[in-house]
Amino acid sequence: MIPNDTRITPELVAEHGLKPDEYQRILDLIGREPTLTELGIFSAMWNEHCSYKSSKKWLRTLPTTGPRVICGPGENAGVVDIGDGQAIIFKMESHNHPSYIEPHQGAATGVGGILRDVFTMGARPIAALNALRFGEPDHPRTRHIVSGVVAGIGGYGNSFGVPTVGGEVNFDPSYNGNCLVNAFAAGLADADKIFYSQAKGVGLPIVYLGSKTGRDGIHGATMASAEFGEDSEEKRPTVQIGDPFSEKLLLEACLELMASGAVIAIQDMGAAGLTCSAVEMGAKGDLGVELDLDKVPCREAGMTAYEMMLSESQERMLMVLDPAREKDAEAIFRKWGLDFAIIGKTTDDLRFRIKQHGEVMADLPIKELGDQAPEYDRPFVKAAKPAPLAPSDVPAPNDIAEVLTKMLGLPDMCSRRWVWEQYDHLIQGNTAIGPGGDAAVVRIGDGPKGLAFTLDVTPRYCAADPQEGGKQAVAECWRNLTAVGAEPLAITDNLNFGNPEKPEIMGQFVGCIEGIGEACRALDFPVVSGNVSLYNETNGKGILPTPAIGAVGLLPDIAVRTTIAFKAAGEAIILVGETKGHLGQSIYLRDIARIANDRSAPPPVDLAVERRNGDFIRTEIRGGNLTAVHDLSDGGALVAVAEMAMAGGIGAALAPQTALPLHVWAFAEDQARYAVTLPESSATAFLERAAKAGVPATRIGTTGGAELTLEGAKPISLKLLRDVHEGWLPAYMAAGAEL
Amino acid sequence: MKSGVVVFPGSNRERDMLIALEKITGKKPAYIWHADTELPDLDLVVLCGGFSYGDYLRTGAIAARGHIMPAIARAAGKGVRVLGICNGFQILCEAGLLPGVLMRNAGLKFVCKEVKLQVANADTDFTRKYRPGEIWRCPVAHGDGNYFADTETLKRLEGEGRVGLRYAEGTNPNGSLNDIAGILNERGNVFGMMPHPENMIEPLNGATDGRALFESIMEAVA
Repeated sequence: MIPNDTRITPELVAEHGLKPDEYQRILDLIGREPTLTELGIFSAMWNEHCSYKSSKKWLRTLPTTGPRVICGPGENAGVVDIGDGQAIIFKMESHNHPSYIEPHQGAATGVGGILRDVFTMGARPIAALNALRFGEPDHPRTRHIVSGVVAGIGGYGNSFGVPTVGGEVNFDPSYNGNCLVNAFAAGLADADKIFYSQAKGVGLPIVYLGSKTGRDGIHGATMASAEFGEDSEEKRPTVQIGDPFSEKLLLEACLELMASGAVIAIQDMGAAGLTCSAVEMGAKGDLGVELDLDKVPCREAGMTAYEMMLSESQERMLMVLDPAREKDAEAIFRKWGLDFAIIGKTTDDLRFRIKQHGEVMADLPIKELGDQAPEYDRPFVKAAKPAPLAPSDVPAPNDIAEVLTKMLGLPDMCSRRWVWEQYDHLIQGNTAIGPGGDAAVVRIGDGPKGLAFTLDVTPRYCAADPQEGGKQAVAECWRNLTAVGAEPLAITDNLNFGNPEKPEIMGQFVGCIEGIGEACRALDFPVVSGNVSLYNETNGKGILPTPAIGAVGLLPDIAVRTTIAFKAAGEAIILVGETKGHLGQSIYLRDIARIANDRSAPPPVDLAVERRNGDFIRTEIRGGNLTAVHDLSDGGALVAVAEMAMAGGIGAALAPQTALPLHVWAFAEDQARYAVTLPESSATAFLERAAKAGVPATRIGTTGGAELTLEGAKPISLKLLRDVHEGWLPAYMAAGAEL
Repeated sequence: MKSGVVVFPGSNRERDMLIALEKITGKKPAYIWHADTELPDLDLVVLCGGFSYGDYLRTGAIAARGHIMPAIARAAGKGVRVLGICNGFQILCEAGLLPGVLMRNAGLKFVCKEVKLQVANADTDFTRKYRPGEIWRCPVAHGDGNYFADTETLKRLEGEGRVGLRYAEGTNPNGSLNDIAGILNERGNVFGMMPHPENMIEPLNGATDGRALFESIMEAVA
């Protein structure tokens, strides 16, 4: 009989984040009252973060297969074939709640967790990116969170030794009480040497590797599955502490051990630590698992079974080893100065049995812990489709040049240099395109191949029309990859939403998933991994729906790539794609015209057009015809051209031929568009090829000079644009230092 | 040139350096484990960038007391060239093989960007392939690169031509005294610098300006 010292009260059940009906399910499943340790294990396995109980039904609708997909969702990360026997392994994951409570450590351990997901599968990480969303700049906590999150990401990634090559940063009041930190990592492996979590074989040793177990992060996953109230500060002890030094040692030791052939199965200890990793390895392999907690390396004396099973101490791994190779494996870990302990074995009875001091502390059916987690078909309400805004409804500004200047210095539009200069984006020596472009490009080993990475989503579009917003996030990633010359391969999704128990929030979730699925199917862009973060609410108010997409593309020859920077004076500037004048949900409308409660539709995404225009651009890049390419997104055509000019230090004179009012042409956010440059002498032939491909393309100007001039508006010096664009973020952060 | 790269727990630019040395010298460099107590026969020992021992005490402080360090000091004493990059520079200072110390960046933040370096002395084993006063491009990536030494030491370094490289054109990223980016020991065979020439060796890096530093050493030991 299992000793049961603590009576399980309804209060205790509620404290574990379990609903009464969920607790009843536990009683029905095991036929008795659980021990406290068992209750803890159930709460860890059945919370939203680990069980995906509200989202599973909808995640199943996403396309996850394709000719290049080696492993889709369900493992530590997705695996995609990139030819020549190589694979890219990648995933994106949120660390939102911890980062709000303790920005530095929350963000740092987010990076640590995602890196571990990638190298657990046998890959050496080659790129990290991050999508960050903060509250409005004037909110008293925002500066502190920005500063802590950026330092945390840098502190971890820089020390670990992975280049942080890109990402996004946005500010919006909806994130005031709930920032978003979505960390992406990608690693390179041999396609035939991928490691999985499925345990195989009865009676094999289960080995604990890495750092010691402490009391940090207990119930982190449960905390991450709850809304915030006024007491969020009190949750600090649930945040883990990161140690990038140990992670780097763990990386080297794991890769060395994997190369030795001793590893049968491996799983990192992430959310819900020892519990989740052990259950997953056993359940996937149809095996039971027995653990002796007396063998677990602990940082502090006197830890209870409950604490050890729920600790989220970082930089730990669980492995099933080939018993014949135990000694070699131990030697490798000792060499790297890491803990190595055999803490249990696989069994054939499908039980998850935990022993401590000779007593059984938990004895649960291992398959049901995962498989029988509650799954909800939550009711949802979809908002009515918004109506598009007529271009004539948006009054013209007095001075377009002034608007552009202002726009480039907006919190959401200014340069992120202050952020990415704190990240080592050059380590490993393979960064071909670093932060600040449409997509980052990293060479694979000695080349000639390269990989492109990008993260994107436009939350205000998703809020206005979840389905179009979901489509747009995928389409923009696809476009970003295309703009550097890459073939888009696959995506990972990081779905950040509010409380799914509210039908309107669930409606946003369902709409976004439908849009993402539609775009992925149309663009042959499967979802290979992902993460769902719900309950991003504070005091009952949810964040903007933010389904962040991370995407990977392949360049067959890295020498053939394009950047956004103008390369020479006197080149033709051509706008590819049709400008219909969609200003609904645009930056212009929100931040310049300041239309309160803009209920208009975001720009629609025509996926067939997206594909046609993108395929044309990619063919042109690969033919060596284009000197610069930039996808058009936030802010529209004029912002894109200004960014190209600032990046190249070369001005431009624009004279667009358009029937639209100039401000509509300049700031509309129509999709499937690119700005490109090429030598004057090849412009006519290019326009002819575009016409033949059915792709709208119009000459809009010529590069040159030290000013940006739009016909009909005042010229603006590049220096002024740069000062404004580069100035906002450092000035904002410095102002905080004086307080 | 026979070269070797010393790897401490937490070193993280060892692969960058191993690859750069192989590309430039045409020979595979030796991988030297910190727990060893003897060095192989080498013309150049490199202490690479990273966060040895997590930089948890002071940057480079723990590694400077590592098992391999006495062998490196003996080699330096015999005239073998020793190059410390970034964390390697910090380790050499902590080990007393170079004077001074590298403090937290003046801006208090980690900084990764390209800077301009000026050759302050082209008559050294590490800079002879550059022109005197030549300005070249090189990236930095560090949180503790703010070079400091007492006035007396600084005077000696300057007077004896032991400042090899300086940050130029207002690009000093860390507040280093006299814009110092790299210094030599008295004998001229030990050189430490914060920037990363190993990340500036091929067109993909944006320029190849870092190559001449390694080619200088090759010429010196030839």
